[in-house]
Amino acid sequence: MIGIRDLDVSLTGSPVLHDITTTLPAGRLTALVGPNGAGKSTLLATLGRLVAPTRGEVELDGRPLLDYPDRELAQRLSVLRQDAPIGPRLTVEDLVSFGRYPHSRGRLTDLDHARVRHAIDRLDLRAFAGRYLDSLSGGQRQRALIAMVLAQDTDVILLDEPLNNLDLAHARRVMQIAREEADAGRTVVVVLHDLTVAAAYADHVVALKEGRLYAEGPSDEIMTPAVLSSLYDTPVSVATVENRRVVLTV
Amino acid sequence: MTATRLTVFAGLLALALVSVLTGVASLGGDPWLVLVSRLPRTAAAMLAGAGLAVSGVIMQMLVRNRFVEPSTAGTGQSAGFGLVAVTLLYPAAGIWLKMLAAIATALIGTAGFLALVRRLPARDPLLVPLTGIVYGGIIGAATTFLAFERDLIQYIDIWMNGEFSGVMLGRYEYLWIAGALAVLAYLYADRFTIAGIGEDASRNLGLNYRQVMAIGLAIVSVVTAVTVVTVGMIPFVGLVVPNIVSRLLGENLRRTLPVVAASGAGLVLACDILGRLIRFPFEIPVGTVLGVVGAVVFLWLLHVRPRSAR
Repeated sequence: MIGIRDLDVSLTGSPVLHDITTTLPAGRLTALVGPNGAGKSTLLATLGRLVAPTRGEVELDGRPLLDYPDRELAQRLSVLRQDAPIGPRLTVEDLVSFGRYPHSRGRLTDLDHARVRHAIDRLDLRAFAGRYLDSLSGGQRQRALIAMVLAQDTDVILLDEPLNNLDLAHARRVMQIAREEADAGRTVVVVLHDLTVAAAYADHVVALKEGRLYAEGPSDEIMTPAVLSSLYDTPVSVATVENRRVVLTV
Repeated sequence: MTATRLTVFAGLLALALVSVLTGVASLGGDPWLVLVSRLPRTAAAMLAGAGLAVSGVIMQMLVRNRFVEPSTAGTGQSAGFGLVAVTLLYPAAGIWLKMLAAIATALIGTAGFLALVRRLPARDPLLVPLTGIVYGGIIGAATTFLAFERDLIQYIDIWMNGEFSGVMLGRYEYLWIAGALAVLAYLYADRFTIAGIGEDASRNLGLNYRQVMAIGLAIVSVVTAVTVVTVGMIPFVGLVVPNIVSRLLGENLRRTLPVVAASGAGLVLACDILGRLIRFPFEIPVGTVLGVVGAVVFLWLLHVRPRSAR
């Protein structure tokens, strides 16, 4: 469980998040939604301890995030950032193997290798395992980064727009993986722009608007025309197609 | 991969042999010449080359840009500044004091460069090396001004243009520090690679990012300062070698760092042998040879690889 209390966050001096208090349930898939600039990525980075709050606190399983030693936190929480450029010329397998670093410190055991292979297979990357990242497409690179996060094998997985650059088959695959991870008892938090995807996969939704908490609750309660229309200041309707909710705008 | 490695290490061995056999005096079975001059010179070239190539690749990871190296980012110039400053303030300074002063200014100068490029937008990969060249140029100009005022211009030349003709037993041994640091760097290979992936990725993997930056900074500064003090600055090794190795073997430093070190050693040694042969029996400083060779290779690298420059 991730507890967030009275959280204020500023980036380079300008306030981005104001007074956020909420709880992200353990073992559930939480979607973080809201208009551009609402502070979703900043909130995710704060949960991943990549950004320090100016006020308030984040707790992981009742213990302040700041109290965790670096390595222990890396074994419990992983975070995928949005379009992070990759510096060194690495193969897909190299990159995914670095996901095991918090556990193995570079000395990969058989178990580590197995985890790496499994992550590569789940993201459908086996054919690219030996390829250099700079020879791959944006979507393939994004999948490699997601595989690295999975290889890290943590209780908490934070994904910032994981569907960027992905085609529809792989976007579906990634959301299924997120779902499987939540069903296996992990706490998964995903920043999503596609509300239909959010409605289909998320258990819990946290909506941000202008840096403040706008709405939170079970997916059914938030994914309604009334809430979404005022969240985005734009008319939104929700239709049901083949027993699934589809969020539409005109 | 293994074939490339074997070629590199076999080539290095062959070069070392050629280096021992190349020179004005014929060996004629006199072991003294080999022990006092040829072997030390060969070792010095290899140690400096390995140290500078490793420093180059570390700097490229810390800055996340493949077009930087100690001689184009102010490290070498800062070490030179320290040397001139200590010579002016305390002319009787021994080699140890000079070395410490050069290390101190190299650390400050390189830390300044790192702080400077952190503020640059990541979009344009050429902005970082350009900033480094200007930054190094300013420090170099300050050094030249100081030296000019006090008639020390000749000294600067010795420090800023590396050459091995003066290397003898007892006059190069500090370079073993550079070699030792190159070995130490190998222990941190994974951490430097992760730092190269990015600061967020490093923190996500539980790395103490500041500590890795500090260790990298220390290795780069000490290796460069030691080289400048003992044989003078040798340009382009730290740039050309990592870039070529990266194209062949990638940049997972745990795998490639030994090849980078060996190739750096081989390149500097080859250029030193070339400098001994071109105008035989006179010599051309290795810094000059590498300036020409390195600049050509650098231009080629810029030309063939504009896209994935980062």
